[in-house]
Amino acid sequence: MAHAYRFARLLRLVRVDYPLLFLLLALALIGVMALVSSAGGDAELIERQLVRLLIGFALMFALASVPVHAWQRWVPALYLGGLVLLLVVLFAGEVIKGAQRWLDIRLVRFQPSELLKIATPMLLCALLAGSAADRPGFSRTALAFVLLAMPAALILLQPDLGTAFLVAVSGLFVIFLAGLQYRWIALILAGAMAAAPFIWNSLREYQRQRVLVFLDPQSDPLGAGYHIIQSKIAIGGGGLWGKGWMNGTQGHLGFVPERSTDFVFAVFAEEFGFMGVCVLLAVYLGIVVRGMMIAVSAADQFSRLLAGSLTFSFAVYVLVNLAMVSGLLPVVGVPLPLLSYGGTSAATLLASFGILMAISTYRPMMRRGIV
Amino acid sequence: MSERARQLLFMRRTRVAALVMLALVAALAFHLFTLQVTEHGHYRTLSDENRLSLIPSPPPRGLIYDRSGLLLADNRTVYSLEITPSLVADMDALLRQVRAVVEVGDDDLRRFRKALRAGGFTRSIELRTRLSEEEVARFAVLRHHLRGADVVGRLVRHYPYDELFAHAIGYVGAISRDDLAALDQRRYRGARHVGKTGIENHYERELHGLPGFRRVEVNAGGHLIRTIGGSKPRPGSDVMLTIDTALQEQAYSALGDHDGAVVALDPRSGDVLTLVSKPSFDPNLFSGSFSRERYRRLLNSPDKPFFNRAVSGQYPPGSIIKPMVALAALHNHVGDMQRKIFAGPYYQLPGYSRRYHDWREEGHGWINMNTAIVQSCDVFFYDTAHRLGINRLALFLEDFGLGRPTGVDTTAELSGIVPSPQWKREALGQAWFPAETIIAGIGQGYMLATPLQMAAMAAVLANRGERVVPRLVKAVRQSDTGLWRPLPVAERKRVIASPPEHWDYVIDAMNAVIHRPNGTAYRISRGMDYVAAGKTGTVQVREIKEDVRYGGEKEELEPGSKLEDHAMFIAFAPVENPEIAVAVVVEHGGSGARTAAPIARKLLDVYFGLLRAQFSLHASG
Repeated sequence: MAHAYRFARLLRLVRVDYPLLFLLLALALIGVMALVSSAGGDAELIERQLVRLLIGFALMFALASVPVHAWQRWVPALYLGGLVLLLVVLFAGEVIKGAQRWLDIRLVRFQPSELLKIATPMLLCALLAGSAADRPGFSRTALAFVLLAMPAALILLQPDLGTAFLVAVSGLFVIFLAGLQYRWIALILAGAMAAAPFIWNSLREYQRQRVLVFLDPQSDPLGAGYHIIQSKIAIGGGGLWGKGWMNGTQGHLGFVPERSTDFVFAVFAEEFGFMGVCVLLAVYLGIVVRGMMIAVSAADQFSRLLAGSLTFSFAVYVLVNLAMVSGLLPVVGVPLPLLSYGGTSAATLLASFGILMAISTYRPMMRRGIV
Repeated sequence: MSERARQLLFMRRTRVAALVMLALVAALAFHLFTLQVTEHGHYRTLSDENRLSLIPSPPPRGLIYDRSGLLLADNRTVYSLEITPSLVADMDALLRQVRAVVEVGDDDLRRFRKALRAGGFTRSIELRTRLSEEEVARFAVLRHHLRGADVVGRLVRHYPYDELFAHAIGYVGAISRDDLAALDQRRYRGARHVGKTGIENHYERELHGLPGFRRVEVNAGGHLIRTIGGSKPRPGSDVMLTIDTALQEQAYSALGDHDGAVVALDPRSGDVLTLVSKPSFDPNLFSGSFSRERYRRLLNSPDKPFFNRAVSGQYPPGSIIKPMVALAALHNHVGDMQRKIFAGPYYQLPGYSRRYHDWREEGHGWINMNTAIVQSCDVFFYDTAHRLGINRLALFLEDFGLGRPTGVDTTAELSGIVPSPQWKREALGQAWFPAETIIAGIGQGYMLATPLQMAAMAAVLANRGERVVPRLVKAVRQSDTGLWRPLPVAERKRVIASPPEHWDYVIDAMNAVIHRPNGTAYRISRGMDYVAAGKTGTVQVREIKEDVRYGGEKEELEPGSKLEDHAMFIAFAPVENPEIAVAVVVEHGGSGARTAAPIARKLLDVYFGLLRAQFSLHASG
């Protein structure tokens, strides 16, 4: 009896959104299964990923206990710190695969851009939620764009098109959800289209190549187009029911590139087929729906915007990765949330879900007058 | 109110974003459905094509035997170091590593780079072949570090007798681009070599067989994971030659250091018992790695070792033509068996001043046709040819089989020339001179014949007017049944309709050439225990100047000098029921009697010695 009481208190202490936790665990399980297959017997790789997931979930639980409004106070510092780190990375970072993204801080190698994936939308939420009017005014919105553009541009310079895009998307969601008028949106879209040629010119050669190869993968079947072609063969070869776990030939024989990281979905789709893909999509959809529910029932504008932005950003990650792997988008280097092997991105994601859980559990407690 | 309004606005915006997201998810799901369900067949095929690879297993080449079953050409496993360029990231680095393990010569490297540039039709390119066992073992240890390089065992042609049969059998060599265009791609998958000349080329269809396949799973790096299935290759058919190795060896050694050719036929069947052309070369060179330097040295050698003199060498037949001229004269009633003419030192055409000299400076005096053959009198045959006229002579010699290929079953056979006014007009666009008829009577001038044609001509004499088609292959053993299938002997055809007394007369004279003391080849008859018929020939290579002939000192030539005469000899034996007909051509050998005839004698001795041995074997067993 006493044990049960203590356990209940513990549960209340760890503020958790159980539906979300359940879905995330399901996703992590699928991810580990896919990784066991794609790692091809590399036990060390699986071990590392498991450790990372554990750290990620721990981080999630920790952040779930942090009151949402603490973020509102600290976010400018977080954002500025992130910007500084980005600059440090640009000048003193480690080069991996031709891009400067990593910062070696003794214990772990760390991508500052991951920090900004959360800090940037959070800062924008704080900024736009601070408006007294129904909708943020012109100056606030303009400032929001500037604050968004700075980290995005720095990340783009690394160069990391994928992350820059994701940071930009998360911020744009905040601005959109905060109520930017549609005519402004139309105007911005028109401006973006006009600016497209200039952006094209500013892209690095390999980025342009990716776009060109995306438009016609067969133009370079042995080079850059190889990734997309082989990935599509893996997915299409999976069929309705898949070739079975550990039986994918495209993945196991090494035809799918980056099979444990960005292209892990191809390995999954080959082995589990369209049915497996549907299950995976359902889990992702469940997480997004739960995130939207949390956002809609959030207690204040800041929480609402933050929850919405994190949720939709998550959805965009998934969509962009799947579209990329299945040949609908150019290869931009966006990992598949919780399935792709990789430390920082899983940690960032779980951290953002921790914040989402904090928002989810904050509301009922406020009603009960605890805080 | 403000908070509520904001919440409503947020919910509207969330709904819009959610709808957009949902639309995107639906589009994505539809796309994945298309890939995985609608177009699954297409992608499954691509996926299988990715991982499954058909590796052709080339068939073992058919073996070649001599007429008594001795193995003349077989296949041996040779280990080669091959490089698959598509798997190699840094070719220079790999070559450096490989050269540390296996010795690779500059020639090998040059050939490899050439093949690499040409972008070959095979997946892998040979770098070094004939690796020693030690080299194979050394490589095996370091194999994992040498991506793209592998040691492959292949069956490669091997000729145990080296250069002895090079011209009789020919050789196999690497498939060239030209070969590739002519070959059936399906039958040659995985094959590296093809018959280039001789039997190896002429019987390529029989010898090659059909390739099998191994269905294997490969990974993206092109490395073999496992074998899934396949079919066995069908080996090529074995071939049995008509050639007798003992005779071949004798002919080859008897020629000594001379360049020339020896051909022996069985006049009854056309079976080629011996086909030697010298100098020869080692045909094993072509199936292995061939040093370019060595090849060039052979190719540019003034002796032309690759030139098959037996079937492609065209020589003026010289005096060996005389029995045929005599037959033609008798046939056309312009000659008489008994009539004697006076043969002085030279012959002059009526009304011409030019003198045609006899080989014997003092001439032969009064001489009939028989003695003219026995002593090879030139003046007699100048006169005979003059009286025959070139057209009748040419027609008769063509019936003997000169001037066209014999139809032997090998490559590179040339037809020789039987000159006539019509031939000269067509070939040279010039008019015929009467003088050319005169020298045609002693087988000189434009007249050319291959050693094989000379042997075939001797066979027609032996057969008293019946021609046989020479053949090198007597039987083929199909790999599926394992049974020898004899090839049909071409029908003997009567080509010369002379009456028996003409044959008796001429063959008697040829018999006397060897067996009568005044015969030109009498010296070879000593100790001969069979009766043979023959005819010598000595073919002038240079023109002897008039002033040298008269009074001037005749220069002494080094033996084998390029100015020395060609030595010829034809023979057949036994005179009754001939079993073997021989032609010997010795380039710059001096005189037919001194150089060519003894070679024929040695060959005949071996033949009849063998026969006797076999006979006594039969008698005792």
